[in-house]
Amino acid sequence: MPKLYSGAEIVFKCLEDQNVSHIFGYPGGAVLPIYDELKNFNSIKHILVRHEQGAGHAAEGYARSSGKPGVLLVTSGPGATNAVTALTDAYMDSVPLVCITGQVPTHLIGTDAFQECDTTGITRPCTKHNWLVKDINDLPEIMHKAFEVATTGRPGPVLVDIPKDIQFQKTKYKNYQKVKKLNGKSHDNFSQKNIDDLIGLISKAKKPIFYTGGGVVNSGPKASELLRELVYATGFPITSTLQGLGCFPADDNQFLGMLGMHGTYEANNAMYSCDLMINIGARFDDRITGKIDEFSPKSKKVHIDIDPSSINKNVKVDLPIVGDIKSVLTSTLKTLKKSKKNFSKSNKHQISNWWEKIQKWRSKRSLDYIGSDETIKPQYAIERLYELTKDRDAYITTEVGQHQMWAAQHYKFNKPNRWMTSGGLGTMGYGLPAAVGVQIAHPKKLVVDIAGEASVLMTMQEMSTAVQYNLPIKIFILNNEYMGMVRQWQELLHDKNYSESYTAALPDFVKMAEAYGCVGIRAKTPEELDDKIIEMLNTDRPVIFDCLVDKQENCFPMIPSGKPHNQMLLGPKDQKEKKITGKGRTLV
Amino acid sequence: MVNSKSAYSVAGKKQKNDTHIIVVWVDNEAGVLARVVGLFSGRGYNIESLAVAEVDQKENISRITIVTTGTPQVVDQIKLQLKKLVPVHKVADFKREDKNVIFKEMALFKFVANSEKLIKAFKACKNFNPVVLDETKKSKVIQITALRREIDKMSKNLTKFGLVSVSRTGAVAMTRGSDVFK
Repeated sequence: MPKLYSGAEIVFKCLEDQNVSHIFGYPGGAVLPIYDELKNFNSIKHILVRHEQGAGHAAEGYARSSGKPGVLLVTSGPGATNAVTALTDAYMDSVPLVCITGQVPTHLIGTDAFQECDTTGITRPCTKHNWLVKDINDLPEIMHKAFEVATTGRPGPVLVDIPKDIQFQKTKYKNYQKVKKLNGKSHDNFSQKNIDDLIGLISKAKKPIFYTGGGVVNSGPKASELLRELVYATGFPITSTLQGLGCFPADDNQFLGMLGMHGTYEANNAMYSCDLMINIGARFDDRITGKIDEFSPKSKKVHIDIDPSSINKNVKVDLPIVGDIKSVLTSTLKTLKKSKKNFSKSNKHQISNWWEKIQKWRSKRSLDYIGSDETIKPQYAIERLYELTKDRDAYITTEVGQHQMWAAQHYKFNKPNRWMTSGGLGTMGYGLPAAVGVQIAHPKKLVVDIAGEASVLMTMQEMSTAVQYNLPIKIFILNNEYMGMVRQWQELLHDKNYSESYTAALPDFVKMAEAYGCVGIRAKTPEELDDKIIEMLNTDRPVIFDCLVDKQENCFPMIPSGKPHNQMLLGPKDQKEKKITGKGRTLV
Repeated sequence: MVNSKSAYSVAGKKQKNDTHIIVVWVDNEAGVLARVVGLFSGRGYNIESLAVAEVDQKENISRITIVTTGTPQVVDQIKLQLKKLVPVHKVADFKREDKNVIFKEMALFKFVANSEKLIKAFKACKNFNPVVLDETKKSKVIQITALRREIDKMSKNLTKFGLVSVSRTGAVAMTRGSDVFK
């Protein structure tokens, strides 16, 4: 007679078999049996957060920085609904999460019981799949299937809802067998003909560009290596989306910087004027394309993506290649090397005019800003932070807003998995808990959350988590007392009517840090900034760094609303000449 | 739109809408219909009619037939998004005009009238396989099977014969000939 295990034990046995070492969670009535088992499984460490949204973002930070799925464990009702923001965030940005929720006992489901909610109903649109476990015998299979769905194909969040009585019931535990065939949900669907067509386009192109995204990160570190190889082998310029930063070294000459609404002048103009666009693992998001009717009008477009539904969703492409980036790039490089030796040399002449043009755009120096001796410019703060941390292989998370864009523009990433930001959903409050998760995955590394004072207040309670587990995360707040991006748009579009975008009663962040039992540092002038940053880096404890920056600074360059890529706003001076009017106001 | 303060881009050029019949084979499990229908409502796709029932008890497969309208791009997205759902096995897509596919809907009509009108009502249905399911001296329930627009037309024309109630199903579809959709 095989040993029988309770549902709660099975949850942990599955986590063990899936090599899960950390889970983020918060206990409550409907998950108590699972929490009771925790003591018997030493290989799994539980991180107690202060709010379930924090558990979700921490799991996201953990997953993105480590490449492993993030796991969170929360209770029924409010526990589950609090996790919804993080699940949606993970869904938009393709982060593998497994969320385990407790549920009221099966006989109470549908009776409006205490802390009952329709968890699977609520999370259906924000997960890849979810399960309500109604029979204990299904639990082992569902748990393993959950990991499989979360991590294969285009990754994403899944949820397993386990009623309390199921957690007590017993059954046999079947060991887990990895299935090769995956129900047709994830596959490399491309053929050698696709690759040959791609090589054909590459060899004919006079004005090519690589446009890469988060899919490269999701395909694993090997994909980034292959991407670099391909970019060097072709000599083509490359631009990246917000999520793809780090896949290609930002200080390399072939890198044009980020593209899109706050991308560089050279990247956006190159996208507009190119004759061949090779999209690798990006999804033609509306922040990238701007006005879709005028998006890169003269180019042949290639789209490499693992998710067939991403292809032709927003932009019609000429050559779709459905597959894992790693395998597509491997085949492409193999074919390129075989058919065209020394391609980058032989092709140099063909794209030399193109590079000249790009250099001209580059000479506009679109990321420049007007410096100051008196106030700290936010861009300057990020530049200094980068200079003082660039040799330390730092992991950067952000909140959402101006500081996020400045971080993307001025912090130069050279490796994948070092940059964690909420792109698709744009969740204020993402960065602090994400930093907690990143630090858990990389205990010895430097983890900095580049934050805004408004965003960080949304999940500030997680500082308490950082203190509890001695996680020396650095919260680098660019404090301008405004919801900066909101204020910027109100300035540009709504006649400077700063409706509700000023926070009048901010806490004293230094005192707040002390109240949490961590370290508070404040920088007020450019002169003292370096010393203060060094002080922060030398502190082996969690730090809240209150960097008082210029309150009026706006984030440039910027594609003004309703305009195509070749009409960018470059800075305060340029702004007066190209006032946004009419239809443009609808595009933020 | 000129003075709109909304935060997103203006819509691009509109393409022509076509009617498509989408057939989806799914695992017959709790919540599967909600997943399919939720995908339509969540992404703003139309559902004109819907028919669903288990077709294979052994394999536990249900067949969902959805009539929808959309531009070619939208219909492609519908298919690709449906294929991503975990319980979905396969998705077929037929155009309404497709000669190789049979579409049928069933309707139940209840007439309350004098016998003369009731006879006329039955006669009016004669092209659509009418079956009398229930009959009293002053009423009749007639079942017909036909195309959507035929039933639409019938419902309008039959009021003069004492039509008081209509109940109808969504469309179901099947290919002609010996071919089976794989």
